Amino acid sequence: MPPISPAPQASPTQASPGPAHVGRQGGGAANASISAGALPTGAGSARGGAAAAGGGPVVIRATGVSKKFVSYHKRATSLKEMFVRRGGLSGDDFWALRDINIEIHRGQTVGLAGANGSGKSTTLKVLAGILRPTSGKVEVNGRIASLLELGAGFNGELSGRDNVYLNAALLGLTKRETDRLFDSIVDFAELRHKIDDEVKHYSSGQYVRLGFAVAVHVDPDILLVDEVLAVGDEAFQRKCLAKIEEFRQQGRTILFVTHSLDLIENMCDRVVVLESGKIIHDGAPAVGTKLLRQRLGSSPTEGAGAFSQASVRPETIGYSASPGGPAQMSFEPGESMTFTVGLEADPGHPERIAVRCVVVGQQELPIWVMKTPPEGIRVPDGFSQLDFTIDALPALLGAFAVRVEVADAGTGTPITERRFHDLFGVNGSHGEGLVKVDYEARPRV
Amino acid sequence: MTRSPSPSRRAGSGPRHAVRTSQQTPRNGSAPAGSADPGAAPGALTRRSRAQGRVRWELLRNLIRKDLKVKYKGSTLGFAWSLANPLLLLIVYTFLFQVVFKAGVPRFGIYFLAGMLVWNAFAGSVSSACGSVIGNANLVKKVRFPLPVLPLSAVGFAAVHFVLQLLVLVAVVLALGYPLIGGGLLLLIPAGTVALVFTIGMSMLVSALSVRFKDTPHLIEVALVAWVWLNPMVYAFGLIRNHLHEYTWVYLLNPMAIVVATFQRAIYVTSTAKKPDGSTLEVLADPGYLFYLKHLGVAGLISLGVLGLGVWVFRKLQADFAEDL
Repeated sequence: MPPISPAPQASPTQASPGPAHVGRQGGGAANASISAGALPTGAGSARGGAAAAGGGPVVIRATGVSKKFVSYHKRATSLKEMFVRRGGLSGDDFWALRDINIEIHRGQTVGLAGANGSGKSTTLKVLAGILRPTSGKVEVNGRIASLLELGAGFNGELSGRDNVYLNAALLGLTKRETDRLFDSIVDFAELRHKIDDEVKHYSSGQYVRLGFAVAVHVDPDILLVDEVLAVGDEAFQRKCLAKIEEFRQQGRTILFVTHSLDLIENMCDRVVVLESGKIIHDGAPAVGTKLLRQRLGSSPTEGAGAFSQASVRPETIGYSASPGGPAQMSFEPGESMTFTVGLEADPGHPERIAVRCVVVGQQELPIWVMKTPPEGIRVPDGFSQLDFTIDALPALLGAFAVRVEVADAGTGTPITERRFHDLFGVNGSHGEGLVKVDYEARPRV
Repeated sequence: MTRSPSPSRRAGSGPRHAVRTSQQTPRNGSAPAGSADPGAAPGALTRRSRAQGRVRWELLRNLIRKDLKVKYKGSTLGFAWSLANPLLLLIVYTFLFQVVFKAGVPRFGIYFLAGMLVWNAFAGSVSSACGSVIGNANLVKKVRFPLPVLPLSAVGFAAVHFVLQLLVLVAVVLALGYPLIGGGLLLLIPAGTVALVFTIGMSMLVSALSVRFKDTPHLIEVALVAWVWLNPMVYAFGLIRNHLHEYTWVYLLNPMAIVVATFQRAIYVTSTAKKPDGSTLEVLADPGYLFYLKHLGVAGLISLGVLGLGVWVFRKLQADFAEDL
């Protein structure tokens, strides 16, 4: 094996060969040379798992997309209001999305995750063209099918048959196409015996089955799936997942919202994690799920006993690509990275202080340590910032946090320490394990 | 506004992906004929727009059929009710205005229906268009589809009834042996066209405004009640001319007024009636054709203006429907 092997396989979890894989690996191979060239320079072009499947053309591109919801009572919804409060509309607007940049390539399976209210569904609706972004641009290339709700538009008074035709027409199928697909739809939904009954007499499971069956037969290039798979019984869920897997094999693009971390790890080439309308991670699923787990589990309190009495206190931690650069949460191996510690110093603090920055992984395992020079540094009274810069991140995979310890450089007595909960991720391309190690496997003869 | 570097890992890799790929690998086999990949080959664009037009048309047909099916579901006589409706009105109004009130217009029922059917189609379209987007909120918020089909389906639903009811009226007129067949019937074509354009324009306008301004449906409801009387339906056209004299053209600026008058000319035919005191009553606006064509031309221009406004407003507001609902 060559010494530098970015190994841009689509994902370590998928092994079954299919026609689409040929194309995807072809794309990966083309990409490999680029990332291999970029890796030593630390330019950060290698994008791990995401770059792997990223060989295909871009089918969805969202650039700087923001979405603002104007709260209902602030909006002129009656004619009277329009005249009475002309131009005077302002107030508690709510930014559901802020500056979202996503590029999704043909054949990628992308998971969209995050806590409730983080903007997942809004993102999907904006990409599906249902909501107009307040600013930014969305480009979509190909036939898109959005499963935001199964059986949306079904009319209870009509028979299953009529609803299939109506729903298919809504999703963009002609009558002739629907005629051709009708049997397949009914068989997929396993509803042949009830297809001429009114939909209002269907059980909720039968209802969503029919909805899913129609939606997946629309033959989309791009499938946007909201959390619709949570409904239906186990057997149906398996069937849905099998269908989605089939779509993957065919090299179609899938973007789905899910809370299931297992699903992300098993099915996605890439995961986008949202928090309060911002992307906090875009890359390897393994990193994303770790981030999510820690994010959802961590408590916001950062208690430190003697912390508030300390004369020098680490108040903030920031991650960016370079000193003064924009905040960033997700990094690639080989990239430069700057840790910025914000220190608040009270008058009368020790003249020289020593700051120790411990990067920790899971179970508080120290990964590496960064220290100020032995003689310590001077900090002014008030707020000041201290940068630790790494030229090229090692080939790590995971989400990490930072513990900052402050001591008096003269005497060596500890002043305080603080464990920050803010995480950053490194998208190593190796898929498993914390570090990437080059090795050789050879049977001894 | 696009803020410069994003917090996501896109910043560095942007230029590389900037190559917009237009050559998409067409998927073989299952791809339906209509799903022409965007930007595939020259000519694909026209093919695609034709396919899209076809899809829209079929969607519209499906929606109209759905409305009809839902409306007549479970009723034994089904569609016959809609056809019986004008016959019933014919009897009631003939009795009321000819026997009880003695309005002086002979064959009042026919006169009234000739104008009322087209008015009802218009009013029915507009009032159901008000709720067409709101009533389908669930759909608008969850599925992407060409939204103008919603108000258009309201128009189509009314148009289906209108055409059938008109045929019933014509059959009744012929059965009663009144004069009908003649060149005047051709006036139905321009009048029907103007009515259709005007109805579509108004329906699109009110359907979009109703989403944004919740007062619109109530306003329209009241306006339609008043608007009935601005058309020569229950009174003879001569009445207007007696009051307005040379300003009658102002009255005819209302596209529905001239449409109604033209329908009466085409179906009712007889233009004057003898009053009991010996004087003549101008029932119709004009015995000839030219008068109608001239005013229909003006009404047609107004209708096109309303259509343009309706389409413009709808386009402007439709992007926010999902949010406003």
